[in-house]
Amino acid sequence: MLKDITLGQYFPGDSLVHRLDPRTKLICVVLYIVALFTAKGFIAYGVVFLTLATAVKISGVGAKALLRGMRPVLFILIFTGILNLFYTTTGTVLFKVGFLQVTTGGLANAFFMVVRIMMLISGTFLMTYTTSPISLTDGLEMLLNPLKKLKVPVHDLAMMMSIALRFIPTLIEETDKIMSAQKARGADFESGSVIDKAKAMVPLMVPLFVSAFRRADELATAMECRCYHGGEGRTRLHQLRYTRNDWLVMGLFGVLVVLMFVLRRVAPF
Amino acid sequence: MDPILETKDLCCTYSIGTPFEHVALDHVNFKAYPGEYLGVIGHTGSGKSTLIQHLNGLLKPTGGQVLLHGKDIWADSKTTRQTRFKVGLVFQYPEYQLFEETVYQDIAFGPKNMKLNQEEIDRRVHRAAYFVGLTDDILDKSPFELSGGQKRRVAIAGVIAMEPEVLILDEPTAGLDPQGREAILGNIQAFHDARNATIIVVSHSMEDMARLADRIVVINDGKIPLEGTPRQVFAQGDRLRDMGLNTPQLTQVFHRLREMGLPVDDSVYTMEEAKAVLLALYREGGQVC
Amino acid sequence: MAEPIIQMEHITFSYTTEEGVAPVVLDDVSLDIEKGTFVAVLGHNGSGKSTLAKHMNAILLPAGGKVYVSGVDTADEDRWLDIHRMVGMVFQNPDNQIVANVVEEDIAFAPENLGVPPAEIRQRVDNALAIVGMTKYARHAPHLLSGGQKQRVAIAGVIAMQPECIVLDEPTAMLDPIGREEVMETILRLNREQHTTVVLITHHMDEASQAQRLVVMDHGKIVADGAPRQVFCHVDRLKAIGLTVPDTVGLLYELNQAGLELPVDALSVEECAEEIYRLITERDKE
Repeated sequence: MLKDITLGQYFPGDSLVHRLDPRTKLICVVLYIVALFTAKGFIAYGVVFLTLATAVKISGVGAKALLRGMRPVLFILIFTGILNLFYTTTGTVLFKVGFLQVTTGGLANAFFMVVRIMMLISGTFLMTYTTSPISLTDGLEMLLNPLKKLKVPVHDLAMMMSIALRFIPTLIEETDKIMSAQKARGADFESGSVIDKAKAMVPLMVPLFVSAFRRADELATAMECRCYHGGEGRTRLHQLRYTRNDWLVMGLFGVLVVLMFVLRRVAPF
Repeated sequence: MDPILETKDLCCTYSIGTPFEHVALDHVNFKAYPGEYLGVIGHTGSGKSTLIQHLNGLLKPTGGQVLLHGKDIWADSKTTRQTRFKVGLVFQYPEYQLFEETVYQDIAFGPKNMKLNQEEIDRRVHRAAYFVGLTDDILDKSPFELSGGQKRRVAIAGVIAMEPEVLILDEPTAGLDPQGREAILGNIQAFHDARNATIIVVSHSMEDMARLADRIVVINDGKIPLEGTPRQVFAQGDRLRDMGLNTPQLTQVFHRLREMGLPVDDSVYTMEEAKAVLLALYREGGQVC
Repeated sequence: MAEPIIQMEHITFSYTTEEGVAPVVLDDVSLDIEKGTFVAVLGHNGSGKSTLAKHMNAILLPAGGKVYVSGVDTADEDRWLDIHRMVGMVFQNPDNQIVANVVEEDIAFAPENLGVPPAEIRQRVDNALAIVGMTKYARHAPHLLSGGQKQRVAIAGVIAMQPECIVLDEPTAMLDPIGREEVMETILRLNREQHTTVVLITHHMDEASQAQRLVVMDHGKIVADGAPRQVFCHVDRLKAIGLTVPDTVGLLYELNQAGLELPVDALSVEECAEEIYRLITERDKE
């Protein structure tokens, strides 16, 4: 079901992770990704994994919710795993079936690749799960603020992003509803060839677009009525301010990156 | 008389095995008889929307059965698909499902999916348009240039064109003004009379239900705690109120009159009856007890 | 008489379409809304009532005539921000007016736009939440709320702007009876306790009957204006323009037509029953 998609969903909470400044979390996610891609060998991965596990534990989000978010990319995970498994030829050959062969190097590569993607997704999801989309866009807007000098419409982009996030659940619900309504008139979304399936989407997509435009129009009026006039002179309910925790956490992630570079040199296994 | 559509111990639990697990229907035995006009009432979240989506096979029961003409609609995939056409379902705000270039094509969508021949489709589109009072010149227009009330009628015609034996409508008058409301209810009545179809209407308007329904089914908490003729159901004012529902205003007036001591029956629910009873009482002279 | 917050003087309006100018939607309408009152505007779909509402805060500008909000001409583009702030607006579909993913952040939207200092925004948000009775939902996601709750959030979002007047354009049309009741209670409380001027656009008679003043529109004109009791007396005239009266009034009217002498202005079930009771018992005494 469409409702199962958890992308961009926010689980309100009051943990240390929740309370961090969104800018901190964005910076940390970037540092985390750098660390993840620098990591090499079990020790390094172990350290990154521990970092992630600690953050998840503190956040109180629960590993289950994170794993559920993995479902939409399950195919990519399996695909990457298989690809790495069979296309790596380093190391000793473990067994061979026809032209396919599995080597120790392949096994290791597949393992690291899958784990890397999983940790990448978990890390970013942990950020979106613990940061309200609005404060996330706020953080992004603040971080990108210097770009305003280059005439990049940072505020407008951030606003667009937060509205898009706000309407994802609404549109998903609407898709479900229209789908049911067309099914009640005998529409068939499941069977037939690829072309048939594409054709079957018309009765779904047209009403969805019409409704999205109507919503956009009404929302624009409603925003104008609530005195929206661009980013100029806007204040915020939640002022972004770095606390000691923010500096501490950012420092820790900085150390993590350095550590990865060091481990790459001294213990790449 | 055998019911045309019934559910046997129908159960529905959403999100089984997650913290969001929620029982929407709990051993529901629902019956609709051939040719009746059935009203379904219940507050939002009572399970009534879930129930009607089971009746045409859009949702699969997690327990129990749905029977059409005594046959399980989930017996095989062909039966399930045929049920969609035999039990027409009009969702709330159905105008949001219109998508074709012309009104004609939109109404023809259902019949086309039934794989009918061109001639039959044409006949059905015109007949359905007639039932909802759409004139021929509207058939060539784009559904998107019509008024809200007209769009709603096109959408209803789209389901009527499948000529279902049972027509289910989820709050067909939601958001319409009194005129639009009367028009839609009149259209439904016309279809009911002409084809002797079973009509199931979900509504929040006790006044409309009192006026139109032969029988009323009350849904509360995923169960059917009360059903019967409007008179029987509305006589249970206190129980309805406990379920977050009301009785028609006229019934409330009569209830109050009885409390004040007038010898009136508090199950009165139509304007004609109310008027007749009070006039008779006035002329004969009321015996205040 | 209190001073008017909104003054409309001989306004006319018609929408332009691809085929040219559409029929007139507002036809020489003059209407004053006094401060602190609760006014309902009643009419069927297409009577021009929603168009009239959009003139009250410069969302639409009249083709002819003038609209003043607290004395400010709505045609004055430089003052639009002030006008939007003074006259808040709540629309039919609650989903399409909630901007943020968290209730309190949505309510903060207007004050943020107005550049209110953060500490004061906090205060205004808490206050607005309390007025609509949604304090415990402050940190909730709006899409998980019921229709009535969403609409109360939308109202709170307007309250946080601290407007003089709130115009609600069919705020209950998409709600179930429970949601409608919640919203009506909120509106009434807002008017009674906060002394906010309220203009309610509706086609529900029972809602309109709770207002102090009732304006009936048909074909872009005001056809009746007065206390609900007075307006509902003209059952025939209301029926002629496609409106109905509450069943209580309808019953009294029918009995009246049949020759019984009853006042037809009893709006509530209680009043209606009392009038009938009085008539019948008094007849017995004779």
